Amino acid sequence: MAELLVIAGQRAGELHPASLEAIAAARSVKLAGDTLAVALIAADPQALVGALSVEGVDEVIAIKASDDFQPDLTEAVILALAEARKPALIATAHGVDAWSFAPAAAVKLGCGLATDVQALRLEDGALVATRAGYAEKVLVDLDFPGKETVLLTIRTNVFEPAAGSGSPKVTEMAAPAADIATTHEGWKPPADAGGIDIPGSEFILSIGRGVGDESNVEQFLELAGGMGATLGCSRPIADNGWLPKARQVGQSGQLAASCKLYIAMGVSGSVQHQWGMKHVETIVAVNTDPEASIFSIARYGIVGDMFEIAEELQNHF
Amino acid sequence: MKILVAVKQAAFLDDEFEMRADGRDVDADFFEKDLNEFDHFSVEEAMLIKEAAGDAAEVVIAIVGDEDADDALRTALAKGADRGIRVWDDALAEADGVAVARVLARLVEREQPDMVFTGAQSADFGSAVTGMALAGLLGWPHAAVVCNLDYTPGAKTATLRRELEGGLEEIMTIRCPAVLSIQLGINQPRYASLRGIKQAKQKPVDELSLDDLGLSAADIAPVARVRKMYAPERGKAELITGSAAEQAARLAEIIKELRGM
Repeated sequence: MAELLVIAGQRAGELHPASLEAIAAARSVKLAGDTLAVALIAADPQALVGALSVEGVDEVIAIKASDDFQPDLTEAVILALAEARKPALIATAHGVDAWSFAPAAAVKLGCGLATDVQALRLEDGALVATRAGYAEKVLVDLDFPGKETVLLTIRTNVFEPAAGSGSPKVTEMAAPAADIATTHEGWKPPADAGGIDIPGSEFILSIGRGVGDESNVEQFLELAGGMGATLGCSRPIADNGWLPKARQVGQSGQLAASCKLYIAMGVSGSVQHQWGMKHVETIVAVNTDPEASIFSIARYGIVGDMFEIAEELQNHF
Repeated sequence: MKILVAVKQAAFLDDEFEMRADGRDVDADFFEKDLNEFDHFSVEEAMLIKEAAGDAAEVVIAIVGDEDADDALRTALAKGADRGIRVWDDALAEADGVAVARVLARLVEREQPDMVFTGAQSADFGSAVTGMALAGLLGWPHAAVVCNLDYTPGAKTATLRRELEGGLEEIMTIRCPAVLSIQLGINQPRYASLRGIKQAKQKPVDELSLDDLGLSAADIAPVARVRKMYAPERGKAELITGSAAEQAARLAEIIKELRGM
């Protein structure tokens, strides 16, 4: 008869799609007799109740406050709900907002905590969460002995978003008092993508640190063009300003959502980069370092010099 | 005026590695350790603020780690930070982000900084816990994944941008003192000069134990227990061998086949 709680999120009144993935994660450990409640803070939470009324959700807790993300308020809501309901599990998407509030809420609550969780299960009644470690080279199974409540942030793009229809009851909750230390001042939209469409591309050629210098970038733009691929890159290339941010694949950039063939040249394969492309069916890694972690997720590997390979490849297109 | 920057020595694995006998971690022989990549940016941000204020701010680097971690601490000091604090106790061997945050909270009480930075996450485990857990313990204002910062030492507020998903950024003001976790790309981290590296060896480093901070082993109990650690099951990449011309020819074949060309 456990209570499961999901903290959903919104940005400017639009539901974070990953909230439905967090619901799916919580639902995966929901037993008969358990209840699953989803809490949402928004200026007009009622407007999002429909989107959260998916199969398995028994209750939507609507908290009317500003649409602005305020970690102090989210933490106060989690504390108030945890005290009143003693949930066994609090789940939320491992998005940038959760990075701000989840660890702070967990220490205030003294609960169990694991972030970036990619699988969870019950084993003899105990919650076991799996996350990666050492730059994705290992997996770790965690449990939480002696913790009445466990807070988990759920890696995005792992759980299939919860769907199906439900008819949860809707509970209105007054925003708890919170000492709010942040003020939303505005947005800085991403620079104009200039027609670059990483999420829509089926074929991406991506370059990383191995490219070495800005003057080397042009030949890969040409190669990608010749092959009919979109040129992508890892974070350092965009941070250096060698390619626009719209080409950056990874957690803080773009998700290669439609990609079927991904060629990574001189990309070591950080966790952040893998987030954006790990799911692609055929990954080819070209790297001089045979120990680069990109090889562990690639289908084909070429240990070699990206410039030589690129030059030879050009002859075939 | 003082900025405390908490850094970590991140561990990376050799391609071939073995688990420890208890199956709960990798055998330490297979670690390669280095200052966490994100911390190059948090240290740089503190240095930029210090320099813009005409040196009117002290930059203190804190690290929780054994003697090995001294390298990472000196790497940060070599960039121009004023002094370091290293906390260690064998009881910290299995410390997680929250445990480290509990240690740092005591350091903050001791040092009374005007601002605390951490990296947005560590490059090895990527938990993104320590900084914001620290803020929760202190009851301080906090923001994670800060990609732009406008702050003058001692100011009552700072203006920052948080890097959100898909390249969107949020502009916010925050009350200070605060704990901010710093994202890659917020600045261009400097390389330490030879002089800096030399000086770093002479810079004062306080070495403290849990006892010195009034903490017991029970205070730093982990928030999760590692049941087991294991290598995920996954196919190794099929290696395409031969000369560059042969490798490229095979790659071209794969591309043409998959793209129906």
